[in-house]
Order: sequence, then C-alpha cells, then structure tokens
Amino acid sequence: MDIHEYQAKALLADFGVPVPRGGLAYSPEQAAYRATEIGGEKWVVKAQIHSGGRGKAGGVKLCGTEDDVWNAANALLGRRIVTEQTGPQGKIVHRLYLEQAVPVAREIYLGLVLDRKSERIMIVASSAGGMEIEEIVHERPESLLRVSVDPAVGMPAFQAREIAFGLKLDARQVPQAVKLILGCYRAFRDLDATMVEINPLVVTQDGALLALDAKMSFDDNALFRRPNVSELRDKSQEDPRETQAADRGLSYVGLDGNIGCIVNGAGLAMATMDMIKYAGGEPANFLDIGGGATPERVAKAFRLVLSDANVEAVLVNIFAGINRCDWVAEGIVQALQKHPINLPLVVRLAGTHVEEGRRLLAQSGLPIIRANTLAEAANRAVAAWKQDKETRVARLPIQ
Amino acid sequence: MSVLIDKTTPVIVQGITGRIGAFHAKEMRAYGTNLVGGVTPGKGGTDEDGVPVFDTVKEAVAKTGAAASIVFVPPPFAADSIMEAADAGIRLCVAITDGIPAQDMIRVKRYMRRYRQEQRMCLIGPNCAGVISPGKSLLGIMPGHIYLSGSVGIVGRSGTLGYEAAAQMKEVGIGVSTSVGIGGDPINGSSFKDILELFEADDETEAVMMIGEIGGPQEAEAAEFIRQHMKKPVVAYIAGLTAPKGRRMGHAGAIISAFGESATEKAELLRDAGVIVAPSPSELGTTMASVLARKAA
Repeated sequence: MDIHEYQAKALLADFGVPVPRGGLAYSPEQAAYRATEIGGEKWVVKAQIHSGGRGKAGGVKLCGTEDDVWNAANALLGRRIVTEQTGPQGKIVHRLYLEQAVPVAREIYLGLVLDRKSERIMIVASSAGGMEIEEIVHERPESLLRVSVDPAVGMPAFQAREIAFGLKLDARQVPQAVKLILGCYRAFRDLDATMVEINPLVVTQDGALLALDAKMSFDDNALFRRPNVSELRDKSQEDPRETQAADRGLSYVGLDGNIGCIVNGAGLAMATMDMIKYAGGEPANFLDIGGGATPERVAKAFRLVLSDANVEAVLVNIFAGINRCDWVAEGIVQALQKHPINLPLVVRLAGTHVEEGRRLLAQSGLPIIRANTLAEAANRAVAAWKQDKETRVARLPIQ
Repeated sequence: MSVLIDKTTPVIVQGITGRIGAFHAKEMRAYGTNLVGGVTPGKGGTDEDGVPVFDTVKEAVAKTGAAASIVFVPPPFAADSIMEAADAGIRLCVAITDGIPAQDMIRVKRYMRRYRQEQRMCLIGPNCAGVISPGKSLLGIMPGHIYLSGSVGIVGRSGTLGYEAAAQMKEVGIGVSTSVGIGGDPINGSSFKDILELFEADDETEAVMMIGEIGGPQEAEAAEFIRQHMKKPVVAYIAGLTAPKGRRMGHAGAIISAFGESATEKAELLRDAGVIVAPSPSELGTTMASVLARKAA
C-alpha cells in the first residue's frame, strides 16, 4: 500500500525525522490561508498523488505571493497528472501540501528497502540527491552507499555514522544524520514498511538536515497489525477495479488487451497471459482467484473481468489443488445464470475433482467452449475472439 | 532416493484442527504420507480424525519422533509456528500459509541461523504448494493424481504452474522424482539454488524442470549455480512475459523492480548458463521429452 507525501512526513516526524513546516489544503482558499499560517516569503505547492516524478510533470509549483499560491492551487486541484509511474491515465489531484520553500545547499538520496538478496532491510544512500535511484544506479554507481541491518539486533548507530561520513557530511551534520537515519529505520521496522525514500534529503544553507520529499510503501500482508497505517489508504489513487478486487479477496491487475483472464494461482495466471500472447491475442488483465475460491468468489471474478469494457472474450483456466474444479464450475454456472454474457467464453479445468467440474459445465447447457489443455484454451479463446469480432463487425450497420 | 521426503518420513501438521489443515491432513494421509500427529495450542490431548493433537511442537516431536512438519497456521501466527518447529528439532518444514508479513520472514530466516548448518531446519515456502515425491509421500496441497512417479525433479515458485508442468509431463509419459514449490513470497525458505543442489546430488533424479517468474534475484542465482555445478540437464520456463514493470502480479514477490528481473532477462541468463528454456508454457512436457531423448541417445 502506498501513502501520500504529507502522510509519510507525519509518520517519519514521529520517529524524529526533521521535515519542513507544512500544511494540507483541499481548496485554493485553504492553500492561501495555509501560506499565511506557515509564514515565510516563498512556498512550494505540491500535488499529493501516489507517484514519483511529480516535479517533472508539473505537480510542484514554487510561489512568491499568496495570490500565486491561490492560483497554483486552483490550477492543480482536480487536475490529472501523468508521470512515468502513473501510466497514461494519470492520477487526479484531490489534496495539496504546502511547505515553506527552503534554501538548499546540498541534495542527498536516502532510501530503505527490503533487500531480497540479503533478506534484510537495506539502507541505500548517495550524494547524488534529486536523481531517481535508477538514474543513480546507471550514471553514478560509485556514489552509492549500502548497509544492511541484522534483524536480530536492529540498526546500531555506527552503521548510520558510516553512511553519514560516507556522504561527506561535516561534523555538525553527522549527529543529525545519524538520528534521521535511525529514525527512518525504526519507522520502516515498526510500521512494516517495504520502502522509505527521502529524495532529496537536503542540507539547508544554515546547515540543517531536512527531508524535503518523502515516500513510503507498506507490506499489505502486515496491515492487519497496523491500523494507523491502514487508515491512511486513499482509494482515489488506486485503479478502482484493483481496489474492488482486493476488497473481494481477489488479486487483479488491469492491462490493455481484450481477452479477460480468470485463473487460480499467480504463476499460472502469468503463464496463461503469456500463452494468450503466443496464440496471437492480448490479455485484458491478470486475475488470480486464489486458493480456496468459493462459487461466490468465482462469480465475483466474472463480474470484475466483465466490468472492463475492453474485454471481448473470457478465458477461465483452473488447475485445482487446494481448490476444487466442481466448486469453480458451480461458480461459473451461477455467474452465467445470473448475468448471461454474450461474449465467447472458454473454460479449461484440470486437477482435483475435474470430472465433476466438467460434468457440471456440460450439464448446465450454457454456451461454454471447453478446453483440456493450456494451449487448447489459449488457442480457442483467441480464435473465438477473432471470429466473434468478425461477425460483430459484419453485424454493424453500413453508414 | 527422492529428495526431502520419502515413505517413512514421520510428519506432523501444525494447525491440524483448522478447516484447511484438517482437510489437507486427510488428503495427505490418503496419499500415503506417514502422518503421526498434529499441533494446535490449547487442543493437546484431543485427536483429529484419529491423529493425536499436541499443544507444542516439542511435545509432538518427543511423543511421535516427527521429523517433518507442514504449517497451515493463519498468517499472523505462522512465523511463530515456523520458529517453533525449528527450535523443536524438525528437519523439514513446509509452510503453506499465504500472507505472512515480509519482516516476519526476515526474523524467521535470522532465527534459523542460530543453528549450525547440520542442525538447521530446511524450510520450504511460505505461500507454496509444498513437496511431493509421487508414490511415496505428500507434504503439501497438490492433487496427487496428476503426478507420475519417475526421474524428473520439479522446482517452481507457483503451485498451479507446477501442476501444469507435472500434468504435461505425465501426458508424454514422463514421471517426477520430487516436486518442490518454493513459494511466491519475496523472502522465502529454500531458494531455487538450494533445491537444484539437492536434485543434482539425488541418484533418482536425471533432469530438472525449473519454473520461475518475474521479480527477485533467485533465478539469476540459480543460473550461476547451474553454470558452475550442474551436470544434469535443466529445462526452464519463466512466467510473466506480458507483465508490466512495477506492478505486482499476485505473488508479493512477482514484481519487476530491478534490472534482470523481467521474464525475458531471466530466460536470457538461464539460456547463457546452458538451460533449455521452453518456448511457451504449453511446451513444458514436450521440451523435457526432447531433452531426455537427446540425453539417452
């Protein structure tokens, strides 16, 4: 789960990380009022969306007067901002964060991640602040400092000191950096984060360290014990179909193709998508209905896949282990009886209770194209989709 | 010898009185697994379908001599159960549970290192389908009937894609020595390399089917191991050709976040290491058949 910059800053501030004075605004009037409240002569108005690269996309504006602030807020609120990370559909700005503009002497990159190789929390820092981490890795790899933390004892101060001295901070700044890095580590650990990124971490012209931007992501599997993190969820920043799916215990990722997929197991779902592509089609989505999928869940999966207007054919591929083919078949039959579809539907069942499953489908009398193997399923889905498309085009009135 | 388990391995089920634990305990027993007990704290002294239930893993090991365990405990408590198994002297633990927090797994992995390598528990999973040695023993949730007994080892992250591989091989008459699902989580017990090492040393395994997916460094590590140490042929498939960067595809671990983590890049690394990469996920069986035929010739 991702959260907004202002939320990340509030969380990190609780762990002793210094952040600029700021305030939230939902309207231009609020923004202008916030500016007087915060004080100073220059302000930064920042669009709050779940994405990096906001500056480049025009989501961050520097303002010199309260009128400027009002105008910037007016221009940003309700706007759709497209960055490299949001995809072409972009993300809508509903909230703004205002901060006093700070005179910057130096920019540093600081990131904390779950490192899968060492199986530990890793702190990554670089003096090339402001650049994206991918750019730093490619262009300034020599500037990268890496430290991984032994989970049995947590992060000792010397590791933070090594980073601080490695960044060539001066004697006055090192203690500040140590406190800040340890604070980030504790926030990461105690809140079950999967990523903390402060980019840039700046040294101001008066020599103080400040987290100018902050990003945090959290482990979905750990949200059950982090209600204070869960409540920060902003559904307006998520793909509504993915949100809907997650609320129903399904795992869904929307894509650009036309063949909707309902599969059990993430690996098989990916392989099914690959297979559709090899067969000459494009998958419309990734959808894993999970292990103990009940008929209700299967029915919900159908509704979800069909809610995508681009879907022109549906492929169901179930290899049941913990799951049972007869349950899945029941779900398919229930879903189709309640909401009949006029798209080609290919179903492939295999594994536990496969005979009962196939029998249930056959007995239902529904127009289901059956397949026994993965290749058959993908080929038949793509063929049926193409044929259906042709007949549809033929049915279109001549203008 | 199959790897990890055989007909005699005494097994306990952690979380045996839960709905899913009870269901799979029955399935495993029906398959022939030597199921000797179960653990559910607070239900010690009762029995589940004739299998004695204990309060602690230590007690279960003391009374039954269990050497392996399978974990069906819900996610908030699963890491604790795995550590309990490691501490009680269980040699092989299969964690089926899906949804364990990543930092819990970091602690589990660290905890397991308290024990010297020779005494350290082998952990498979979490979020996996488990282990099956066809015709001998099942320590997992796979449907036993899709496996033919034979001499190809299977190792994969995904459960159902592993079933797919086994079913395709059965179709062309190829059997399996042992199939191991290592799970879809970012931090897991045994890696591809760990299992490949076992297969390379196993007399009854003559070739390996490896099924990877996008995300993480373990396929690259496996490629390096295969290049340097493996004499047996390896056939591989990497799922997720169509997966976009930065999107999590179901498995917490299936996300392309760094260079070398896409399906194409991983397939390339494996090919460079001498692995035969199946051209599509529907040609796992036929690719293995041609590799075995070439080996025999």
